[in-house]
Amino acid sequence: MRHTISLLVDNKPGVLSRIAGLFSGRGFNIESLSVNETLDPTMSQMTIVTRGDDRIIEQINKQLNKLIDVIKVVDFESSQYDFIDRELALIKIQVGDRTRSEVLSIIDIFRGKVVDVSRSHYTVEVTGDENKIAAIIDLFKPLGIKEIIRSGKAALLREKK
Amino acid sequence: MHKRIKAKGAHILLECLQREKVKVIFGYPGGSVLDVYNSLYEADINHILVRHEQGAVHAADGYARVTGDVGVCLVTSGPGATNTVTGLATANMDSIPVVVFTGQVPTKLIGNDAFQEADIVGITRPCTKHNYLVKDVKELPGVIKEAFYVARSGRQGPVLIDLPKDVVNQTFEFEYPEKTNMRGYKPTYKGNKRQILRAVDQIMHAKKPVVYAGGGVVSSNASRELYQLAKRMNIPVTMTLMGLGAFPGTDPLSLGMLGMHGTFRANMAVTNCDLLIAVGARFDDRVTGDLNTFAASAKIIHIDIDPTSISKNIKVDIPIVGDVKEILKEVLVCSKGKRVKKTERAQWLDEIEQWKSKHSLAYDMGAVIKPQFVIEKIYEMTGGECIISTEVGQNQMWTAQYFSFNKPRRLLTSGGLGTMGYGFPAAIGAQVAAPDTTVIDIAGDGSIQMNIQELATAVQYNLPVKVAILNNHCLGMVRQWQQLFYKERYAHSTFDMHPDFVKLAEAYGAVGLRATRPDEVEDVIQKALAVPKPVLMEFVVEQEECVYPMVPAGAPISNMLLL
Repeated sequence: MRHTISLLVDNKPGVLSRIAGLFSGRGFNIESLSVNETLDPTMSQMTIVTRGDDRIIEQINKQLNKLIDVIKVVDFESSQYDFIDRELALIKIQVGDRTRSEVLSIIDIFRGKVVDVSRSHYTVEVTGDENKIAAIIDLFKPLGIKEIIRSGKAALLREKK
Repeated sequence: MHKRIKAKGAHILLECLQREKVKVIFGYPGGSVLDVYNSLYEADINHILVRHEQGAVHAADGYARVTGDVGVCLVTSGPGATNTVTGLATANMDSIPVVVFTGQVPTKLIGNDAFQEADIVGITRPCTKHNYLVKDVKELPGVIKEAFYVARSGRQGPVLIDLPKDVVNQTFEFEYPEKTNMRGYKPTYKGNKRQILRAVDQIMHAKKPVVYAGGGVVSSNASRELYQLAKRMNIPVTMTLMGLGAFPGTDPLSLGMLGMHGTFRANMAVTNCDLLIAVGARFDDRVTGDLNTFAASAKIIHIDIDPTSISKNIKVDIPIVGDVKEILKEVLVCSKGKRVKKTERAQWLDEIEQWKSKHSLAYDMGAVIKPQFVIEKIYEMTGGECIISTEVGQNQMWTAQYFSFNKPRRLLTSGGLGTMGYGFPAAIGAQVAAPDTTVIDIAGDGSIQMNIQELATAVQYNLPVKVAILNNHCLGMVRQWQQLFYKERYAHSTFDMHPDFVKLAEAYGAVGLRATRPDEVEDVIQKALAVPKPVLMEFVVEQEECVYPMVPAGAPISNMLLL
């Protein structure tokens, strides 16, 4: 099963390496990872997407908690939490006279943005959950994607209604 | 409150060590730590100059196991630091509190492939409990305070502090912090009351309970509580290698060690029990063998300070996270006045007794010395009143089987990592910690040569450590596996050349003794115990002797190869 785990860690050199080392050393998987400073600059927030059966996920959570630089671990899937997750993709797509309008309308549908323009290419910024990003990539593919970069997932708990 | 002192980093370091009540440092100087050594010149801390940095960490580890306090090492950068890795990994696997200080090149040279530079913090990240690179002298007192706290609290373990040369040279007006404030590290000591009550209920109602005690009982100093529990409830106790001595080995309730080379009765009892009470143990593969058949029909209570140990290998029914001593005390309080039916436990103990009489530990005697005989003799002649360290392999398993440990902190052995070369330097550390106690390293002819250079250390400081080499002219355990599982193809496990161990001892200024026949054994041990000097005893033993019983790796532990 896939789990999205949110970590609050000390913002110190070597912390990312400790976490990455824990995953590789114990044979766990990291599917995606994003890290950023929090409002309190002494702490960073990480979102890790990982996969494993219940026993492995339990170990991942416990092992992360055991790391001294890790302040808090929240496994969004293992609990009653409802959360929002988003990814960012930058997609460089070819445009010609025949495809320009189709590209623009797809961008419009997906509420993306053109952030760089050249004679033959648009660079498109799009955010959303994994499925949305996959869908726009799917539509762009036949039109000619030159390059693509996707961020790791960022996730946040929903407030209680 | 201590007053503020203005001093150089090197001096601050030693000042902090004194505040942590460090009495001895095991170390080896070099370029990057010259400033620290310069301050050490007049400091009131004992320093033991080892002959190899690996020896320093093992010695500090041995010191820690005997005293229960933190062992301290000081080494230089680069190779000095990388030589500590095996020692750190050993201490990490066995949860031993050690703090290692390594020198580092000056901060402005870090990352430049400078002379004697190694990224030791990167290298030791997975084999320490935690580690630090100090980049500013202002951080130094706080880091040291944290390091000692981390090493000795929770599940204990080794901590490394990397000290760039310029940092120990900076001057700073410092104050040693009274407390640490670590937001990501808060070990749990007190067990959950509800879980404890559930455990007590299970213990009262079980018909066939067994306690499975590990090194956690030793590190938590919970032997007395464990003894009270076992005695009051009449529960047999089996121990892991790390747990030996946590419960008296000669007590009728002791089943001895369990697992791959455990006793028949211990393995049968665990296989057939209806309640397994795991205390400070981690269900290691050498203990459990096949996980599906391990205590398969038992409810399992697991008491451990480390949550990651719980349900890692075996699904547990009643997990209790916390300090073993605190929890056992609670269990004793909560079960006070409750009685178990005597007859039911008696039946169970009777069943165990039958397993014992069916297969107990045994070996034949012949014209050649049997290694087990040497260990039994050492036990007999010391009355068990000594500290024993072991190397790794057959010597270690025979010691676990044939030496009855009645007190904790009497057996020093590399249980988790299985480090050959551990025993001798660990014995040196133990002798420093307990100068008036006899310390004996039970060694093999292979492992003793991995840190034989420490003979010089023992002689220099007049540490009268005794080494008993069970010389079978081969790597006995490797040979045993080749015999049993590799069709007797003895690939590179036999030593065709050995030094003359007696002469070697003499060359170092120690005493060398040799026994080649069974009737010489007693005499050699007697002489060794009588000399107030380091002694190397060589016992030329039967080469083909195997450690029995044995459970093949991964097999059910009831599936024992018996003699």
